[in-house]
Amino acid sequence: MANIKRSPWLLHYDGSSCNGCDIEVLACLTPVYDAERFGVMNTGDPMQADILLITGGINSQNEATVKQLYDQMPRPKVVVAVGVCACTGGVFKDCYNILGGADTVIPVDIYVPGCAARPQAIIDGIVQAVDLFQKRSDEHDALVKEKKRKAKEGAARG
Amino acid sequence: MQQLGKTSVIPFGPQHPVLPEPIHLDLVVEDERVVEALPSIGFIHRGLESLTDKRDFNQMCYVAERTCGICSFQHGMGYCEAVEHIFGVETPDRAKYLRTIWSELGRMHSHLLWLGLLADAFGYENLFYQCWRIREKVLDMQELTTGGRLIFSVNKVGGVIKDIDVEKQKAILKAMDEVEEELSVIRKTFFEDYSVESRLKGIGILTAEQINALGAVGPFARASGVKADMRLLGYDAYPELDFEPITSEDGDCYARCYVRMLEVFQSIKLIRQAIAQIPEGELSVPVKGNPNGEYFMRVEQPRGEAFYYVKANGKPNLQRMRIRTPTFANVPALCEMLKNTEIADVGLLVVSIDPCISCTER
Ligand code: SF4
Repeated sequence: MANIKRSPWLLHYDGSSCNGCDIEVLACLTPVYDAERFGVMNTGDPMQADILLITGGINSQNEATVKQLYDQMPRPKVVVAVGVCACTGGVFKDCYNILGGADTVIPVDIYVPGCAARPQAIIDGIVQAVDLFQKRSDEHDALVKEKKRKAKEGAARG
Repeated sequence: MQQLGKTSVIPFGPQHPVLPEPIHLDLVVEDERVVEALPSIGFIHRGLESLTDKRDFNQMCYVAERTCGICSFQHGMGYCEAVEHIFGVETPDRAKYLRTIWSELGRMHSHLLWLGLLADAFGYENLFYQCWRIREKVLDMQELTTGGRLIFSVNKVGGVIKDIDVEKQKAILKAMDEVEEELSVIRKTFFEDYSVESRLKGIGILTAEQINALGAVGPFARASGVKADMRLLGYDAYPELDFEPITSEDGDCYARCYVRMLEVFQSIKLIRQAIAQIPEGELSVPVKGNPNGEYFMRVEQPRGEAFYYVKANGKPNLQRMRIRTPTFANVPALCEMLKNTEIADVGLLVVSIDPCISCTER
Protein backbone atom coordinates (compact mmCIF):
# COMPACT_ATOMS: atom_id res chain seq x y z
CA MET A 1 0.00 0.00 0.00
CA ALA A 2 3.03 2.23 0.61
CA ASN A 3 3.40 3.44 -2.94
CA ILE A 4 0.27 3.30 -5.00
CA LYS A 5 1.23 3.81 -8.57
CA ARG A 6 -2.12 3.14 -10.18
CA SER A 7 -5.71 4.26 -9.78
CA PRO A 8 -7.88 1.26 -10.48
CA TRP A 9 -11.57 1.76 -11.27
CA LEU A 10 -14.23 -0.14 -9.40
CA LEU A 11 -17.30 -1.80 -10.80
CA HIS A 12 -19.98 -2.90 -8.41
CA TYR A 13 -22.50 -5.56 -9.33
CA ASP A 14 -25.30 -6.84 -7.17
CA GLY A 15 -25.66 -10.58 -7.69
CA SER A 16 -28.58 -11.72 -5.62
CA SER A 17 -27.81 -9.84 -2.44
CA CYS A 18 -30.42 -8.69 0.02
CA ASN A 19 -29.19 -5.13 -0.53
CA GLY A 20 -27.46 -4.95 2.83
CA CYS A 21 -24.00 -5.47 1.44
CA ASP A 22 -24.77 -3.33 -1.58
CA ILE A 23 -25.67 -0.38 0.48
CA GLU A 24 -22.53 -0.84 2.55
CA VAL A 25 -20.44 -0.86 -0.62
CA LEU A 26 -22.06 2.41 -1.63
CA ALA A 27 -21.57 3.79 1.88
CA CYS A 28 -17.87 3.05 1.51
CA LEU A 29 -17.69 5.46 -1.39
CA THR A 30 -19.38 8.30 0.47
CA PRO A 31 -17.65 10.88 2.69
CA VAL A 32 -17.57 9.09 6.04
CA TYR A 33 -15.61 6.08 4.79
CA ASP A 34 -14.39 7.49 1.51
CA ALA A 35 -12.68 4.56 -0.17
CA GLU A 36 -11.66 6.92 -2.96
CA ARG A 37 -8.77 8.12 -0.84
CA PHE A 38 -7.00 4.92 -1.83
CA GLY A 39 -6.99 6.06 -5.40
CA VAL A 40 -9.94 4.03 -6.63
CA MET A 41 -12.92 5.38 -8.50
CA ASN A 42 -16.41 4.02 -8.96
CA THR A 43 -17.56 3.44 -12.51
CA GLY A 44 -20.65 1.95 -14.09
CA ASP A 45 -18.88 0.68 -17.17
CA PRO A 46 -17.33 -2.81 -17.07
CA MET A 47 -15.10 -1.98 -20.04
CA GLN A 48 -13.30 0.61 -17.95
CA ALA A 49 -13.20 -1.30 -14.68
CA ASP A 50 -10.23 -3.01 -13.06
CA ILE A 51 -11.74 -4.29 -9.84
CA LEU A 52 -15.11 -6.02 -9.63
CA LEU A 53 -16.93 -5.88 -6.31
CA ILE A 54 -19.64 -8.48 -6.29
CA THR A 55 -22.29 -8.87 -3.62
CA GLY A 56 -24.79 -11.68 -3.27
CA GLY A 57 -24.79 -15.23 -4.55
CA ILE A 58 -25.18 -16.54 -8.06
CA ASN A 59 -28.57 -17.65 -9.34
CA SER A 60 -29.66 -19.07 -12.65
CA GLN A 61 -30.81 -15.72 -13.97
CA ASN A 62 -27.72 -13.65 -13.23
CA GLU A 63 -25.13 -16.33 -13.95
CA ALA A 64 -24.67 -15.23 -17.55
CA THR A 65 -24.67 -11.54 -16.63
CA VAL A 66 -21.89 -11.98 -14.08
CA LYS A 67 -19.79 -13.99 -16.51
CA GLN A 68 -20.31 -11.40 -19.20
CA LEU A 69 -19.35 -8.51 -16.92
CA TYR A 70 -16.19 -10.34 -15.93
CA ASP A 71 -15.27 -11.04 -19.53
CA GLN A 72 -15.88 -7.44 -20.54
CA MET A 73 -13.34 -6.14 -18.05
CA PRO A 74 -9.87 -5.60 -19.49
CA ARG A 75 -6.96 -7.63 -18.14
CA PRO A 76 -5.47 -7.53 -15.52
CA LYS A 77 -8.48 -7.64 -13.20
CA VAL A 78 -9.27 -8.42 -9.59
CA VAL A 79 -12.52 -9.75 -8.12
CA VAL A 80 -13.65 -9.07 -4.56
CA ALA A 81 -16.59 -11.01 -3.11
CA VAL A 82 -18.35 -8.86 -0.50
CA GLY A 83 -20.50 -10.49 2.19
CA VAL A 84 -21.06 -14.12 3.07
CA CYS A 85 -23.62 -14.44 0.28
CA ALA A 86 -20.98 -13.70 -2.32
CA CYS A 87 -18.43 -15.86 -0.50
CA THR A 88 -20.48 -19.02 -0.11
CA GLY A 89 -24.17 -18.38 -0.66
CA GLY A 90 -24.66 -17.44 2.98
CA VAL A 91 -28.12 -17.60 4.52
CA PHE A 92 -29.60 -18.38 1.14
CA LYS A 93 -27.30 -21.29 0.43
CA ASP A 94 -30.12 -23.82 0.72
CA CYS A 95 -32.55 -21.88 -1.47
CA TYR A 96 -33.52 -23.65 -4.66
CA ASN A 97 -32.41 -20.79 -6.87
CA ILE A 98 -28.95 -20.19 -5.42
CA LEU A 99 -26.05 -21.94 -7.13
CA GLY A 100 -23.49 -20.78 -4.58
CA GLY A 101 -21.00 -17.99 -4.04
CA ALA A 102 -19.52 -15.80 -6.77
CA ASP A 103 -16.68 -18.26 -7.23
CA THR A 104 -19.03 -20.77 -8.84
CA VAL A 105 -18.81 -18.79 -12.09
CA ILE A 106 -15.83 -16.46 -11.92
CA PRO A 107 -12.47 -16.62 -10.14
CA VAL A 108 -12.56 -14.66 -6.88
CA ASP A 109 -9.36 -13.23 -5.41
CA ILE A 110 -10.48 -11.65 -2.17
CA TYR A 111 -13.26 -12.70 0.19
CA VAL A 112 -14.79 -10.14 2.55
CA PRO A 113 -16.89 -11.84 5.24
CA GLY A 114 -19.80 -10.35 7.17
CA CYS A 115 -23.56 -10.15 6.99
CA ALA A 116 -23.77 -7.33 6.21
CA ALA A 117 -20.05 -6.82 5.58
CA ARG A 118 -18.94 -3.80 7.56
CA PRO A 119 -17.53 -0.80 5.69
CA GLN A 120 -14.19 -1.25 7.45
CA ALA A 121 -13.97 -4.81 6.16
CA ILE A 122 -14.95 -3.73 2.65
CA ILE A 123 -12.29 -1.03 2.66
CA ASP A 124 -9.76 -3.62 3.77
CA GLY A 125 -10.84 -5.76 0.83
CA ILE A 126 -10.52 -2.84 -1.56
CA VAL A 127 -7.03 -2.00 -0.29
CA GLN A 128 -5.92 -5.59 -0.76
CA ALA A 129 -7.43 -5.54 -4.23
CA VAL A 130 -5.50 -2.37 -5.10
CA ASP A 131 -2.29 -4.08 -4.01
CA LEU A 132 -3.03 -7.19 -5.98
CA PHE A 133 -3.97 -5.13 -9.00
CA GLN A 134 -0.67 -3.32 -8.77
CA LYS A 135 1.20 -6.62 -8.69
CA ARG A 136 -0.72 -8.05 -11.62
CA SER A 137 -0.24 -4.91 -13.66
CA ASP A 138 3.49 -5.00 -13.07
CA GLU A 139 3.61 -8.60 -14.21
CA HIS A 140 1.49 -7.73 -17.19
CA ASP A 141 3.77 -4.82 -18.10
CA ALA A 142 6.84 -7.00 -17.81
CA LEU A 143 5.26 -9.53 -20.15
CA VAL A 144 4.42 -6.86 -22.72
CA LYS A 145 7.94 -5.43 -22.50
CA GLU A 146 9.44 -8.85 -22.97
CA LYS A 147 7.24 -9.46 -25.99
CA LYS A 148 8.22 -6.15 -27.54
CA ARG A 149 11.90 -6.82 -26.93
CA LYS A 150 11.64 -10.21 -28.60
CA ALA A 151 9.81 -8.74 -31.55
CA LYS A 152 12.52 -6.09 -31.90
CA GLU A 153 15.28 -8.68 -31.75
CA GLY A 154 13.47 -10.75 -34.31
CA ALA A 155 13.16 -7.74 -36.60
CA ALA A 156 16.87 -6.88 -36.19
CA ARG A 157 17.86 -10.42 -37.02
CA GLY A 158 15.25 -10.44 -39.71
CA MET B 1 -51.21 5.00 -38.10
CA GLN B 2 -48.05 3.54 -36.76
CA GLN B 3 -45.01 4.70 -38.68
CA LEU B 4 -42.97 1.62 -39.35
CA GLY B 5 -39.25 1.73 -38.93
CA LYS B 6 -39.37 4.45 -36.36
CA THR B 7 -39.85 2.38 -33.22
CA SER B 8 -36.96 0.59 -31.67
CA VAL B 9 -36.35 -1.34 -28.49
CA ILE B 10 -33.68 -0.21 -26.09
CA PRO B 11 -32.62 -2.51 -23.28
CA PHE B 12 -32.17 -0.77 -19.92
CA GLY B 13 -30.29 -2.70 -17.25
CA PRO B 14 -29.74 -5.09 -15.56
CA GLN B 15 -26.40 -3.46 -14.92
CA HIS B 16 -26.86 0.28 -15.31
CA PRO B 17 -25.02 3.22 -13.73
CA VAL B 18 -28.16 4.80 -12.26
CA LEU B 19 -29.41 1.54 -10.76
CA PRO B 20 -27.96 0.28 -7.52
CA GLU B 21 -29.78 -2.98 -8.15
CA PRO B 22 -30.43 -5.00 -11.27
CA ILE B 23 -33.77 -4.66 -12.99
CA HIS B 24 -34.25 -4.99 -16.68
CA LEU B 25 -36.62 -2.89 -18.77
CA ASP B 26 -37.21 -3.18 -22.48
CA LEU B 27 -38.02 0.34 -23.60
CA VAL B 28 -39.99 0.60 -26.81
CA VAL B 29 -39.10 4.04 -28.13
CA GLU B 30 -40.16 6.29 -30.96
CA ASP B 31 -37.32 8.70 -31.52
CA GLU B 32 -36.61 9.91 -28.00
CA ARG B 33 -40.04 9.13 -26.62
CA VAL B 34 -40.83 5.97 -24.66
CA VAL B 35 -44.02 4.30 -25.90
CA GLU B 36 -43.93 1.29 -23.66
CA ALA B 37 -41.82 -0.22 -20.95
CA LEU B 38 -41.69 -3.98 -20.42
CA PRO B 39 -40.06 -5.12 -17.21
CA SER B 40 -38.36 -8.44 -16.72
CA ILE B 41 -37.21 -9.46 -13.30
CA GLY B 42 -35.63 -12.41 -11.56
CA PHE B 43 -32.00 -11.35 -11.32
CA ILE B 44 -32.07 -11.45 -7.54
CA HIS B 45 -34.59 -14.19 -7.03
CA ARG B 46 -33.35 -16.46 -4.29
CA GLY B 47 -36.49 -18.29 -3.29
CA LEU B 48 -36.23 -17.56 0.39
CA GLU B 49 -39.89 -18.35 1.04
CA SER B 50 -39.06 -21.97 0.31
CA LEU B 51 -36.60 -22.05 3.20
CA THR B 52 -39.57 -22.79 5.49
CA ASP B 53 -38.91 -26.44 4.63
CA LYS B 54 -35.46 -26.33 6.12
CA ARG B 55 -35.68 -23.75 8.91
CA ASP B 56 -38.08 -23.69 11.82
CA PHE B 57 -40.31 -20.73 12.58
CA ASN B 58 -37.80 -19.11 14.96
CA GLN B 59 -34.97 -19.31 12.47
CA MET B 60 -37.20 -17.97 9.71
CA CYS B 61 -37.21 -14.66 11.54
CA TYR B 62 -33.58 -14.14 10.54
CA VAL B 63 -34.27 -15.23 6.98
CA ALA B 64 -37.21 -12.82 6.76
CA GLU B 65 -34.91 -10.03 7.89
CA ARG B 66 -32.66 -10.70 4.97
CA THR B 67 -35.41 -10.19 2.43
CA CYS B 68 -34.05 -6.71 2.15
CA GLY B 69 -31.09 -5.06 3.77
CA ILE B 70 -32.65 -1.60 3.88
CA CYS B 71 -35.94 -2.27 5.63
CA SER B 72 -34.60 -5.41 7.29
CA PHE B 73 -35.92 -4.56 10.73
CA GLN B 74 -39.48 -4.18 9.52
CA HIS B 75 -39.34 -7.41 7.56
CA GLY B 76 -38.34 -9.30 10.67
CA MET B 77 -40.94 -7.43 12.68
CA GLY B 78 -43.77 -8.07 10.24
CA TYR B 79 -42.98 -11.75 10.19
CA CYS B 80 -42.71 -12.04 13.98
CA GLU B 81 -45.96 -10.18 14.54
CA ALA B 82 -47.74 -12.50 12.13
CA VAL B 83 -46.51 -15.53 14.07
CA GLU B 84 -47.32 -13.84 17.39
CA HIS B 85 -50.89 -13.39 16.22
CA ILE B 86 -51.13 -17.08 15.41
CA PHE B 87 -49.91 -17.88 18.91
CA GLY B 88 -52.34 -15.33 20.27
CA VAL B 89 -49.71 -13.67 22.44
CA GLU B 90 -49.57 -9.96 23.12
CA THR B 91 -46.09 -8.42 23.11
CA PRO B 92 -45.24 -6.24 26.12
CA ASP B 93 -45.75 -2.51 25.69
CA ARG B 94 -42.08 -1.74 25.99
CA ALA B 95 -41.31 -4.08 23.09
CA LYS B 96 -43.97 -2.32 21.02
CA TYR B 97 -42.35 1.04 21.63
CA LEU B 98 -38.88 -0.32 20.90
CA ARG B 99 -40.13 -1.78 17.64
CA THR B 100 -41.65 1.56 16.74
CA ILE B 101 -38.39 3.40 17.43
CA TRP B 102 -36.35 0.99 15.33
CA SER B 103 -38.94 1.09 12.55
CA GLU B 104 -38.76 4.86 12.38
CA LEU B 105 -34.96 4.86 12.47
CA GLY B 106 -35.12 2.44 9.56
CA ARG B 107 -37.50 4.71 7.71
CA MET B 108 -35.21 7.68 8.21
CA HIS B 109 -32.14 5.95 6.88
CA SER B 110 -34.07 4.52 3.97
CA HIS B 111 -35.52 7.89 2.97
CA LEU B 112 -32.17 9.64 3.36
CA LEU B 113 -30.61 6.99 1.19
CA TRP B 114 -33.31 7.56 -1.40
CA LEU B 115 -32.94 11.35 -1.32
CA GLY B 116 -29.26 10.79 -2.03
CA LEU B 117 -29.93 8.41 -4.91
CA LEU B 118 -32.44 10.86 -6.35
CA ALA B 119 -29.87 13.66 -6.19
CA ASP B 120 -27.41 11.35 -7.93
CA ALA B 121 -29.99 10.52 -10.59
CA PHE B 122 -30.45 14.17 -11.49
CA GLY B 123 -26.74 14.71 -11.40
CA TYR B 124 -26.23 16.63 -8.15
CA GLU B 125 -23.39 14.68 -6.65
CA ASN B 126 -22.69 16.99 -3.76
CA LEU B 127 -26.25 16.67 -2.52
CA PHE B 128 -25.96 12.89 -2.80
CA TYR B 129 -22.95 12.90 -0.53
CA GLN B 130 -24.59 15.25 1.94
CA CYS B 131 -27.64 12.99 2.29
CA TRP B 132 -25.48 9.96 2.83
CA ARG B 133 -23.34 11.80 5.34
CA ILE B 134 -26.40 12.63 7.42
CA ARG B 135 -27.65 9.07 7.04
CA GLU B 136 -24.53 7.79 8.78
CA LYS B 137 -25.73 9.45 12.01
CA VAL B 138 -28.87 7.33 11.88
CA LEU B 139 -26.83 4.22 11.17
CA ASP B 140 -24.62 5.01 14.16
CA MET B 141 -27.71 5.01 16.36
CA GLN B 142 -28.82 1.69 14.93
CA GLU B 143 -25.38 0.28 15.62
CA LEU B 144 -25.33 1.70 19.14
CA THR B 145 -28.69 0.19 20.05
CA THR B 146 -28.57 -3.14 18.23
CA GLY B 147 -24.96 -3.87 17.30
CA GLY B 148 -25.67 -4.03 13.59
CA ARG B 149 -25.64 -1.22 11.06
CA LEU B 150 -28.22 -2.67 8.71
CA ILE B 151 -29.19 -6.15 9.80
CA PHE B 152 -30.13 -5.97 13.48
CA SER B 153 -31.52 -9.39 14.40
CA VAL B 154 -33.19 -7.98 17.51
CA ASN B 155 -36.65 -9.38 16.82
CA LYS B 156 -37.89 -12.70 18.02
CA VAL B 157 -41.28 -14.29 18.15
CA GLY B 158 -42.75 -12.79 21.31
CA GLY B 159 -40.88 -9.51 21.47
CA VAL B 160 -37.39 -8.10 21.13
CA ILE B 161 -34.06 -9.20 22.58
CA LYS B 162 -32.36 -5.88 23.22
CA ASP B 163 -33.33 -2.84 25.21
CA ILE B 164 -32.64 0.85 24.67
CA ASP B 165 -31.62 2.17 28.09
CA VAL B 166 -31.73 5.80 29.21
CA GLU B 167 -28.16 6.54 28.10
CA LYS B 168 -28.88 5.29 24.62
CA GLN B 169 -32.17 7.14 24.51
CA LYS B 170 -30.27 10.33 25.20
CA ALA B 171 -27.81 9.53 22.44
CA ILE B 172 -30.69 8.97 20.01
CA LEU B 173 -32.32 12.27 20.98
CA LYS B 174 -29.04 14.08 20.43
CA ALA B 175 -28.58 12.46 17.04
CA MET B 176 -32.15 13.41 16.11
CA ASP B 177 -31.41 17.05 16.89
CA GLU B 178 -28.33 16.97 14.71
CA VAL B 179 -30.09 15.26 11.83
CA GLU B 180 -32.97 17.73 12.02
CA GLU B 181 -30.64 20.70 11.94
CA GLU B 182 -28.50 19.44 9.07
CA LEU B 183 -31.40 18.20 7.04
CA SER B 184 -33.13 21.56 7.30
CA VAL B 185 -30.19 23.04 5.39
CA ILE B 186 -30.35 20.45 2.61
CA ARG B 187 -34.09 20.70 2.43
CA LYS B 188 -33.71 24.23 1.08
CA THR B 189 -31.62 22.93 -1.81
CA PHE B 190 -34.17 20.29 -2.67
CA PHE B 191 -37.11 22.66 -2.62
CA GLU B 192 -35.71 26.05 -3.57
CA ASP B 193 -33.03 25.34 -6.15
CA TYR B 194 -34.41 26.08 -9.61
CA SER B 195 -32.27 23.49 -11.40
CA VAL B 196 -33.49 20.76 -9.08
CA GLU B 197 -37.03 21.98 -9.61
CA SER B 198 -36.65 21.87 -13.37
CA ARG B 199 -35.63 18.21 -13.21
CA LEU B 200 -38.46 17.18 -10.90
CA LYS B 201 -41.54 19.37 -11.41
CA GLY B 202 -44.16 18.00 -13.75
CA ILE B 203 -42.21 14.82 -14.53
CA GLY B 204 -43.92 11.44 -14.39
CA ILE B 205 -47.33 12.63 -13.20
CA LEU B 206 -49.78 10.02 -11.95
CA THR B 207 -53.26 10.90 -10.72
CA ALA B 208 -54.94 9.45 -7.67
CA GLU B 209 -57.29 7.47 -9.94
CA GLN B 210 -54.38 5.88 -11.77
CA ILE B 211 -52.68 5.06 -8.48
CA ASN B 212 -55.82 3.41 -7.15
CA ALA B 213 -56.45 1.50 -10.35
CA LEU B 214 -52.88 0.19 -10.50
CA GLY B 215 -52.62 -0.54 -6.81
CA ALA B 216 -49.54 1.50 -5.96
CA VAL B 217 -48.62 1.94 -2.30
CA GLY B 218 -46.47 3.95 0.07
CA PRO B 219 -44.98 7.41 -0.41
CA PHE B 220 -45.39 6.88 -4.15
CA ALA B 221 -49.18 6.72 -3.68
CA ARG B 222 -49.25 9.41 -1.02
CA ALA B 223 -47.50 11.81 -3.41
CA SER B 224 -50.57 11.53 -5.65
CA GLY B 225 -52.95 12.35 -2.83
CA VAL B 226 -53.91 8.80 -1.83
CA LYS B 227 -54.01 8.67 1.93
CA ALA B 228 -52.78 5.11 2.32
CA ASP B 229 -50.54 4.36 5.25
CA MET B 230 -50.57 1.09 7.15
CA ARG B 231 -49.46 2.82 10.33
CA LEU B 232 -53.06 4.00 10.54
CA LEU B 233 -54.04 0.38 11.20
CA GLY B 234 -52.54 0.87 14.60
CA TYR B 235 -49.99 -1.84 15.14
CA ASP B 236 -47.20 -1.41 17.71
CA ALA B 237 -47.16 1.94 19.47
CA TYR B 238 -48.61 3.97 16.60
CA PRO B 239 -52.12 4.34 18.08
CA GLU B 240 -50.58 6.15 21.05
CA LEU B 241 -48.49 8.55 18.95
CA ASP B 242 -49.62 11.62 17.04
CA PHE B 243 -49.53 10.36 13.55
CA GLU B 244 -51.12 11.66 10.39
CA PRO B 245 -49.95 10.53 6.93
CA ILE B 246 -48.20 13.11 4.78
CA THR B 247 -49.65 13.57 1.32
CA SER B 248 -49.27 15.82 -1.66
CA GLU B 249 -51.60 16.47 -4.57
CA ASP B 250 -49.23 16.90 -7.52
CA GLY B 251 -48.24 13.30 -8.21
CA ASP B 252 -44.95 14.21 -9.91
CA CYS B 253 -41.34 13.47 -8.96
CA TYR B 254 -41.20 16.70 -6.99
CA ALA B 255 -44.15 15.60 -4.85
CA ARG B 256 -42.51 12.23 -4.20
CA CYS B 257 -39.41 13.98 -3.01
CA TYR B 258 -41.51 16.35 -0.89
CA VAL B 259 -43.42 13.53 0.80
CA ARG B 260 -40.32 11.55 1.67
CA MET B 261 -38.44 14.59 2.92
CA LEU B 262 -41.30 15.50 5.26
CA GLU B 263 -41.55 11.91 6.41
CA VAL B 264 -37.99 12.05 7.68
CA PHE B 265 -38.96 15.01 9.85
CA GLN B 266 -42.09 13.17 10.89
CA SER B 267 -40.04 10.15 11.92
CA ILE B 268 -37.86 12.39 14.07
CA LYS B 269 -41.00 13.62 15.84
CA LEU B 270 -42.35 10.09 16.28
CA ILE B 271 -39.07 8.90 17.76
CA ARG B 272 -38.96 11.80 20.21
CA GLN B 273 -42.51 11.13 21.26
CA ALA B 274 -41.95 7.38 21.59
CA ILE B 275 -38.89 7.95 23.76
CA ALA B 276 -40.84 10.36 25.95
CA GLN B 277 -43.67 7.89 26.45
CA ILE B 278 -41.86 4.54 26.57
CA PRO B 279 -43.13 2.45 29.50
CA GLU B 280 -41.01 0.24 31.72
CA GLY B 281 -41.49 -3.49 31.51
CA GLU B 282 -40.51 -6.79 29.99
CA LEU B 283 -38.98 -7.08 26.54
CA SER B 284 -40.71 -10.24 25.47
CA VAL B 285 -43.24 -12.86 26.45
CA PRO B 286 -42.37 -16.54 26.29
CA VAL B 287 -44.04 -18.57 23.54
CA LYS B 288 -44.39 -22.31 23.90
CA GLY B 289 -45.04 -25.03 21.38
CA ASN B 290 -45.51 -24.63 17.68
CA PRO B 291 -47.82 -22.28 15.80
CA ASN B 292 -51.04 -23.57 14.34
CA GLY B 293 -53.21 -21.41 12.09
CA GLU B 294 -52.76 -18.63 9.58
CA TYR B 295 -52.48 -14.87 9.63
CA PHE B 296 -52.04 -11.82 7.42
CA MET B 297 -49.91 -9.04 8.82
CA ARG B 298 -49.61 -5.67 7.14
CA VAL B 299 -46.93 -3.13 8.02
CA GLU B 300 -45.89 0.18 6.53
CA GLN B 301 -42.34 0.00 5.33
CA PRO B 302 -40.36 2.96 4.01
CA ARG B 303 -41.52 2.05 0.52
CA GLY B 304 -45.11 1.28 1.41
CA GLU B 305 -47.35 -1.51 2.50
CA ALA B 306 -45.82 -4.95 2.87
CA PHE B 307 -47.74 -7.98 3.88
CA TYR B 308 -46.79 -11.28 5.41
CA TYR B 309 -48.90 -14.34 5.13
CA VAL B 310 -47.98 -17.17 7.45
CA LYS B 311 -49.63 -20.56 7.54
CA ALA B 312 -48.67 -23.15 10.14
CA ASN B 313 -49.96 -26.58 11.04
CA GLY B 314 -48.57 -27.26 14.49
CA LYS B 315 -45.15 -28.35 13.27
CA PRO B 316 -41.91 -26.41 13.84
CA ASN B 317 -41.63 -25.77 10.11
CA LEU B 318 -44.20 -23.43 8.65
CA GLN B 319 -46.39 -24.63 5.85
CA ARG B 320 -46.15 -21.44 3.91
CA MET B 321 -44.72 -17.98 4.25
CA ARG B 322 -45.53 -15.38 1.67
CA ILE B 323 -44.17 -11.86 1.53
CA ARG B 324 -45.60 -9.21 -0.76
CA THR B 325 -43.38 -6.17 -0.81
CA PRO B 326 -44.19 -2.59 -1.78
CA THR B 327 -42.04 -2.37 -4.89
CA PHE B 328 -43.85 -5.37 -6.34
CA ALA B 329 -47.10 -3.42 -6.04
CA ASN B 330 -45.51 -0.33 -7.55
CA VAL B 331 -44.11 -1.83 -10.74
CA PRO B 332 -47.37 -1.64 -12.79
CA ALA B 333 -47.69 2.04 -11.93
CA LEU B 334 -44.04 2.56 -12.86
CA CYS B 335 -44.62 1.08 -16.31
CA GLU B 336 -47.65 3.32 -16.80
CA MET B 337 -45.64 6.32 -15.71
CA LEU B 338 -42.84 5.58 -18.16
CA LYS B 339 -45.18 5.88 -21.13
CA ASN B 340 -44.75 9.10 -23.08
CA THR B 341 -41.65 10.22 -21.28
CA GLU B 342 -38.24 11.13 -22.63
CA ILE B 343 -35.51 8.51 -22.57
CA ALA B 344 -33.33 10.86 -20.54
CA ASP B 345 -35.87 10.81 -17.71
CA VAL B 346 -36.21 7.03 -17.45
CA GLY B 347 -33.44 6.64 -14.88
CA LEU B 348 -34.89 9.39 -12.73
CA LEU B 349 -38.41 7.98 -12.97
CA VAL B 350 -37.30 4.49 -12.01
CA VAL B 351 -35.50 5.91 -9.01
CA SER B 352 -38.52 8.05 -8.09
CA ILE B 353 -40.58 5.04 -6.97
CA ASP B 354 -37.72 4.03 -4.68
CA PRO B 355 -37.44 0.55 -6.14
CA CYS B 356 -36.17 -2.20 -3.91
CA ILE B 357 -35.58 -5.08 -6.23
CA SER B 358 -34.24 -7.55 -3.74
CA CYS B 359 -37.49 -7.33 -1.74
CA THR B 360 -39.52 -7.67 -4.87
CA GLU B 361 -37.82 -10.82 -6.03
CA ARG B 362 -37.09 -12.30 -2.62
S1 SF4 C 1 -24.26 -11.25 3.31
FE1 SF4 C 1 -26.07 -10.74 4.54
S2 SF4 C 1 -26.31 -8.54 4.25
FE2 SF4 C 1 -24.95 -9.26 2.64
S3 SF4 C 1 -26.26 -9.67 0.90
FE3 SF4 C 1 -26.06 -11.59 2.04
S4 SF4 C 1 -27.80 -11.62 3.44
FE4 SF4 C 1 -27.58 -9.54 2.71
